[in-house]
Amino acid sequence: MKTIKTILLSLAAAALFASGASQAATPKNTFVMAKDIADIITMDPAEVFELTTGEIIANIYDRIMMFEPEDLQNLVGGVAESYEVSKDGKTITFKIRPGLKFHSGNPVRAEDVAWSLQRVVKLNKTPAFIITQFGWTPENVDSLVKAVDSSHAQITITEDFSPGLVLNAMSAGVASVIDMKLVMSHEKDGDLGYDWLKSNSAGSGAFSLKTWKANELVTLDANKSYRHGAPGMARVILRHVAEPSSQRLLLEKGDIDMARNLTPDQVKGIMGNSDVAIDGYPKGTIVYMAANGGHPILGQQEVVQAIRHLVDYDSMADSFLAGQFVVHQSFWPAGLWGSLETIPYRQDVAKAKSLLAAAGHADGFELTIHTLTNSPFPEIAQAVQANLAKGGIKANIVTLEGKTLWPKYRAREHDIILARWSPDYVDPHSNADAFAHNPDNRLEAKLTGVLAWRNAWADDASNKLAVMARNELDLDKRKQQYLELQGMLQKTGPFVIMFQQNEQVARRKNLIGFVSGSNFDLVFYRNVTKR
Amino acid sequence: MAAADSGSTVAGSNLALPPKLVKISGFIASLILTFIGLTAITFTIGRVMPADPVLAIVGDRASQEVYDQVFLQLGLDQPIYIQYFKYLGQLLQGDLGTSIMTAQPVADDILRFFPATLELATVATLLGIFVGIPMGVFAAVNQGRWPDHVVRIIGLIGYSAPIFWLGMIALLVFYANLGWVAGPGRLDVFYDSIVEPVSGILILDAALAGEWEIFHNAIEHLILPASILGTFALAYIARMTRSFMLDQLSQEYILTARVKGIPEWQVIWGHAFRNVLVQLITIIGLTYASLLEGSVLTETIFSWPGIGLYITNSLFNNDMNAVLGGTIVVGVCFVGINLLSDLLYKLVDPRVR
Amino acid sequence: MSVLALRSWLLAEVPGSKGQARCQRLFIGWLAFRRNPVAVIGLLIIVSLILIALLAPWLTSSDALEPNLGRRLQPPGSEHWLGTDELGRDIRDRIIWGSRITLYIVGLVSIIVVPIGLFIGVVAGYIGGWVDTVLMRLTDIFLAFPRLILAMALVAALGPGLENAVLAIALTTWSPFARIARAEALTIRNSDFILAARMQGVSTAGILARHVAPLCMSSVIVRLTLDMAGIILTAAGLGFLGLGAQPPTPEWGAMISLGRQYLIDQWWVPTMPGIAILIVSLGFNLLGDGLRDVFDPKSGG
Repeated sequence: MKTIKTILLSLAAAALFASGASQAATPKNTFVMAKDIADIITMDPAEVFELTTGEIIANIYDRIMMFEPEDLQNLVGGVAESYEVSKDGKTITFKIRPGLKFHSGNPVRAEDVAWSLQRVVKLNKTPAFIITQFGWTPENVDSLVKAVDSSHAQITITEDFSPGLVLNAMSAGVASVIDMKLVMSHEKDGDLGYDWLKSNSAGSGAFSLKTWKANELVTLDANKSYRHGAPGMARVILRHVAEPSSQRLLLEKGDIDMARNLTPDQVKGIMGNSDVAIDGYPKGTIVYMAANGGHPILGQQEVVQAIRHLVDYDSMADSFLAGQFVVHQSFWPAGLWGSLETIPYRQDVAKAKSLLAAAGHADGFELTIHTLTNSPFPEIAQAVQANLAKGGIKANIVTLEGKTLWPKYRAREHDIILARWSPDYVDPHSNADAFAHNPDNRLEAKLTGVLAWRNAWADDASNKLAVMARNELDLDKRKQQYLELQGMLQKTGPFVIMFQQNEQVARRKNLIGFVSGSNFDLVFYRNVTKR
Repeated sequence: MAAADSGSTVAGSNLALPPKLVKISGFIASLILTFIGLTAITFTIGRVMPADPVLAIVGDRASQEVYDQVFLQLGLDQPIYIQYFKYLGQLLQGDLGTSIMTAQPVADDILRFFPATLELATVATLLGIFVGIPMGVFAAVNQGRWPDHVVRIIGLIGYSAPIFWLGMIALLVFYANLGWVAGPGRLDVFYDSIVEPVSGILILDAALAGEWEIFHNAIEHLILPASILGTFALAYIARMTRSFMLDQLSQEYILTARVKGIPEWQVIWGHAFRNVLVQLITIIGLTYASLLEGSVLTETIFSWPGIGLYITNSLFNNDMNAVLGGTIVVGVCFVGINLLSDLLYKLVDPRVR
Repeated sequence: MSVLALRSWLLAEVPGSKGQARCQRLFIGWLAFRRNPVAVIGLLIIVSLILIALLAPWLTSSDALEPNLGRRLQPPGSEHWLGTDELGRDIRDRIIWGSRITLYIVGLVSIIVVPIGLFIGVVAGYIGGWVDTVLMRLTDIFLAFPRLILAMALVAALGPGLENAVLAIALTTWSPFARIARAEALTIRNSDFILAARMQGVSTAGILARHVAPLCMSSVIVRLTLDMAGIILTAAGLGFLGLGAQPPTPEWGAMISLGRQYLIDQWWVPTMPGIAILIVSLGFNLLGDGLRDVFDPKSGG
């Protein structure tokens, strides 16, 4: 009968095709990584602030100062071979390493270093604040940041910042050294190469950008004459796979070498696979809740304190967060210089209830928790909802995409928000400035980049301490001040800090040398090789 | 209700113009009006959305100063209708704006993503045709007996199952467990950029370039999502074919043909099916159009870089240029295919006139 | 009245009243429907759905929707027939509660779509002229819109949530009903009894409401039932994309979405809600088929 014949024929055809299915193992000299790269919107170091792109440009561009994969705790010179700090602490002169070349072949000169920094200030995109906070403006930056000669670049700050902080800032993405000659040859209408650099690269790092196809892939080619030697892989491909379960399947089949977004349960499931290894890397991302100080009830410190006692941190960390989040309760992540690692809070319903009663809310009240739609935030929200119910607080949950959530947060339209935060650069001031420093709490001030402002909280003692620590020249004193500041925020303020991320990376066993440090851009591809 | 939803009417006109001209101008007018309605609605939705397009560009950490700069740059301070007319003006010049997500012109993005969906929808529809039609005929000929029931059940399950769920399970079974097909994505990454995109349809381009390994790889990736999407097409087409065939087979002329001694298979295929073909054209058109816009969920599961996924991502990022561009392109195709099928149907079927 | 007497009343040759005639029509329709076993299965599924939804509080344990992190991801067994999900909740209980949401969606969409579609359709078909053109243009625009994408855009604009998702779905599915109603109205408008009513001086509104609309109802209902599966699938699709019901609401599509990362090792978490959706869609399709066979047997199938 005709239909049966048709069906059989088509099945046979399919089988024919499928049987020739080449088991695609990845080529020996290519490192293929599956990651959700939807957050990439530009490749320009002066504009990059997203997690994935931060990591990518860290492998394309060398920065003035850097952390190297061999010793992630130690700040060393990148493009700078050495530096000298002036007596008043306000001028730093960098000596540029001799013999460095960009991917284009152009030599790396002090002029490139100065121009790269000036460009960031003049374009004034989102991450510019990291260096404009030193007092640099588009008008004065050409005189404050300059090339003294072709091998010495000098920066002068006008605010009272600790030189330690300034040097740390010179290891951030905005301090990427860009090939001025190449970029200016693509300049359009005085845009300093902004349009061209969105999808091209002009660096001197271990890799150069070959292709970026948005939401599809990023291809990096090795720089064989990199100053630390040729990278282990000739090519690195970041492949966009939005579904964690797809990443897992691809990894198990050997179609990719590494999966970056597996969930804790998938990691558990894949552990039995003898071809796959799991590595854990403590990261600087913190998961926290914040209560809007403008809310009549949540503005009361006792209520926030009660919430700190209602959350059952351990049961979340031991179940669906296991392996990927650990309990951490201060605003500067553990593992970084200056971090406070005490855990003062455990679930204590009785204490919480007495605090609520003292505040006049023994019968509880209702509130809304706003959070992100992607795992694990809905799960955490639901667990917290159940925790709060024990104290009589009825919580409703609303999950939103980031782009819809952040405007609400920035406009102080939330009750409680459950979100995450990672440092912009590796210095405690990066987070202190967001959590503890709110110089102007008025709605009109619109300090929308400051978390404390978003939650309508300003505290004189906290502000003073944050500024003092920022400017402190003595490193030991500075550390103590940050410990004190974190301790302060554990007891007062709107924040309920809950977890710190531990990134779990799943890789094929034959791939080694991948290094991932605690900051989002301290990820290095250059030492990766395949056995 | 054997007929699909019939096409639009044209208001009666008592001008002394040749009727054909009136029909065509009415056709074009309705197209334009629909187009304007489409863009106006999408545009308004976009401006009403709570997702902030500025934040999509500057990010959550931006200070108010940086935010304001970009806000003015995007022209968001102007009243909505001015923004709309500016947009329309650019549109008519072929400029669909620039996408925030990809930093490329939207037109370029669409040229990159649309062929992928086209490829998927076309193969799925072909599957639906070549499997669905014989199934439908088979069922009609054996009405009431077990083949009929089997076909009906397969068809019913085909479009009662949530497609994203079906896709997930198929991926697990056929890729992970059995290894019969390649995984999510359109092509293995290391084959990327080897074949010059002539038509954008990978299997065509690869075949044209003689790159048979890539052709093979592309088919391996295509076969599963196309089958899943095709299940819907198959179910619907089989069902309608069966229904039309039953209608035909009960008619007088079939009886006459049989009495005349014409062999059965010729009666079925040569006579009954011939008359059904016309109606099937509309059905196929409808199916194809709905697959184009319904591929979103399949594209999500299979990481298929098509227009459905593009529009979805743009929506979540409030990348309004991209959403508008994508929706207009899909909408125009949708309308075009439907109107075309309507036209074909009216032309060929004397009963509807 | 005894059963026998009822039966003879329903099968009487000449009905004594309008009410009796209506009951007779329904009964004869029911007899025809009953002859189709597949359609009856469909009816049974839908009736079961309604019963389960109504009896939910008695069929589930009292803490069904509470997270219980100690018993996460348990496989189906004697204590949890369908297993537990990623937060330790019993999946069978959540599916039962989810049936209420499914019915809510079905009901709400129907209440919005049928009146709008009928109204626009009969007005356009009966009055004709430029009114017809304008209304049909409007219908075409909504018909032209890629359905899922329009629903997504609307929900994204209005904010995620079950009611907004329902509204979005309703706004994208009313067009075909207008089309159908209009087609019927076109056929009817020149028939004798309409002319008679007009001569009697009945207003246009009256004619539309009391004569035209009821005759369109059967086609609309059949089409609605057939479309119901599509509506449920669209709602599930929106839930899957995170645009529908918010956690912890046990909407089936959202359950699949939040559970899909567990497909490989804990397959029951996303699969069970998927099967539930499949069965209910199937039920509506079978029911719709059966109804169509009764009301319009010539369209076959």
